[in-house]
Amino acid sequence: MTVALLNIDWQTLADATGLGGIYALMAVGIGLVFGVLRLVNFAYGQLIMAGAYALAFASERGWPVSIGIVLCFAVVLTLSLLMDRLVFRPLRGQTPAVMLVTTFAVAFLLQSIALLWFGPLGKIASSLATLNQPVTISGVDIRKIAIVATAVAAFCLLVLVLLLERTRVGLHMRAAAMDFSTAELLGVRAGRVISAAVLVSGVLAAIVAVMLTVQNPLVTPDFALRDTILVLAGVVLGGMNRLVSATLGGFAIGFASGLLGGALPTNQSQYLPSFLFAAVILVLLVRPGGLFTREGHQAVERV
Amino acid sequence: MRRLDASLQLLAPLALVALASLVGTLVSTSTETYVINALVNVAIVVALYVFIGNSGVVSFGHISFVAVGAWAAGVLSMPVQEKPAIMPHLFGLLGDHTIGNVWSLALAAAVGAAYALVVGLPLMRLSGLAAGIATFGVLEITHNVLRYWERIGPGLNTFSAVPETTGLREAALGAGLAVVVAFAYRRLRFGRLLSATREDSAAARAVGVSVYRQRLVAFVLSGAIAGFAGGLLVHMLPVNTESVYLDLTFITLAMLVIGGATSLWGAVVGALAVSGVDSFLAEAENGIHLFGRSVDLPAGTRIVVVGALMALVLILRPTGLTGGREFSVRLARPRRLLTKFAR
Repeated sequence: MTVALLNIDWQTLADATGLGGIYALMAVGIGLVFGVLRLVNFAYGQLIMAGAYALAFASERGWPVSIGIVLCFAVVLTLSLLMDRLVFRPLRGQTPAVMLVTTFAVAFLLQSIALLWFGPLGKIASSLATLNQPVTISGVDIRKIAIVATAVAAFCLLVLVLLLERTRVGLHMRAAAMDFSTAELLGVRAGRVISAAVLVSGVLAAIVAVMLTVQNPLVTPDFALRDTILVLAGVVLGGMNRLVSATLGGFAIGFASGLLGGALPTNQSQYLPSFLFAAVILVLLVRPGGLFTREGHQAVERV
Repeated sequence: MRRLDASLQLLAPLALVALASLVGTLVSTSTETYVINALVNVAIVVALYVFIGNSGVVSFGHISFVAVGAWAAGVLSMPVQEKPAIMPHLFGLLGDHTIGNVWSLALAAAVGAAYALVVGLPLMRLSGLAAGIATFGVLEITHNVLRYWERIGPGLNTFSAVPETTGLREAALGAGLAVVVAFAYRRLRFGRLLSATREDSAAARAVGVSVYRQRLVAFVLSGAIAGFAGGLLVHMLPVNTESVYLDLTFITLAMLVIGGATSLWGAVVGALAVSGVDSFLAEAENGIHLFGRSVDLPAGTRIVVVGALMALVLILRPTGLTGGREFSVRLARPRRLLTKFAR
């Protein structure tokens, strides 16, 4: 391991930061919905998968990139609104266990629909492939997408902070995340806050879809499944209860994944998922509430 | 009447298992395979029920116990002369020995229990979301290690050449054994204490129940049943890492939830009902004749239908087909409180 750690170069570091940024956006998307609905959306990755198929569809027909991206946003947003109406809404008030299992089922359903529709072989989304080329900065080759992903993630997070801190709907979202029923009593409209959270989370899924297809242009039914499982682990690792800690957790696991993936020799990097999940489990044991949460939040119910 | 009720709670699931096996003896050999598979599924789902149903904590990790059970039984019951071809990098001790099929099932149960103990000792302190994600982590780690560590098994290869001894009789006996063990556990002090922690964790703690210890007991027991089921599985068909991974996790959880997670009756009903639908659709994907018309569904329809069924049941009737209650002859009875898993 010590020898392996010396292999880290600037390129790996940039890639890891880019991946961390993408995972951070996914973490925000999952965390926003969790905040208002107390529901962990296992099917978040399938929203991204749908967006990726939209991009592949457009690039196969030779449509311009901008139209592909518009199509991707349209598909992802429609699907997330549908998911809210058909799945999340009937589930309100259920226990977390039921919600988790249901979204797991929805994830599998969407994945198998994609399998049925597009076949197992996958489609190529090549419209943005130029971003995968390296650019040389003071003698170091860095893939453009690493820079773009980092910049886009930083920009999105900034916009999100402004949205949450400076607008009325953001205030309502934060209030709902703290205590939904009290917020409702104080005049926050539940339906609107939830729709807003679902919409923002959908927009983030579409952005992630665009960036992930650059990194991996082959779109298969299990596209983004791996990433979602990792991000979910990262979100729990960071701490679900606050958006900031969830985002940091997402970034941390993406960064660690990118770093280890680049630095470990091949005969060890095949065990990368094991290392990551073992680390997650270890952290959960020491701090079940999350790595970046404050101490003193007792989860045990008081009678 | 209470004694009758109690014995019915054991006899009804057993009768259902027997009925399914009876159907298996009447149908053609190719259909019999589906029945055997359904009975092995019963064993796996009963294992899930012992932990998830009684504790109310979701585990995505139980298929890893099925996997290690399958690995233990498969590696050790393969004939010695076949081993170098399929598992060339095996540890010497594993490579030079072969054990009988019954012993391999016992070993599978022991390995499943031991692994569940190792995993459960730290993890049973978690609950809710953290438990869900951590058990998912266990599944990922197990899959990853079994896939690449060729010293302990076939790695990416498939377990061919394992004696295919799980026939209809063995599968029926296995499923029945799982049902009896789960029933006994549920009736014992342990099972009652664990469901008390599910219904009201704070109250259970207040009267001195250790949630951690009760969950651990159930986790290890369900690990043993799951490992045993893995042994049955590897003796039924050639297994590889992909057949004991996400798809099996999904379908067995679906069976448990569709049947009704909080009762043994629900677990058995769910396993057999979903297996029935699943096998019918699998047949239909190959093309069958039904009522004089030929039906030919595209490949992949199975999972779409099962996924849709599971989502529908969860949204419309979260307590499952049986309402999460045990089998009972009295039709109208006061609603019991055993619904905390899905309220």
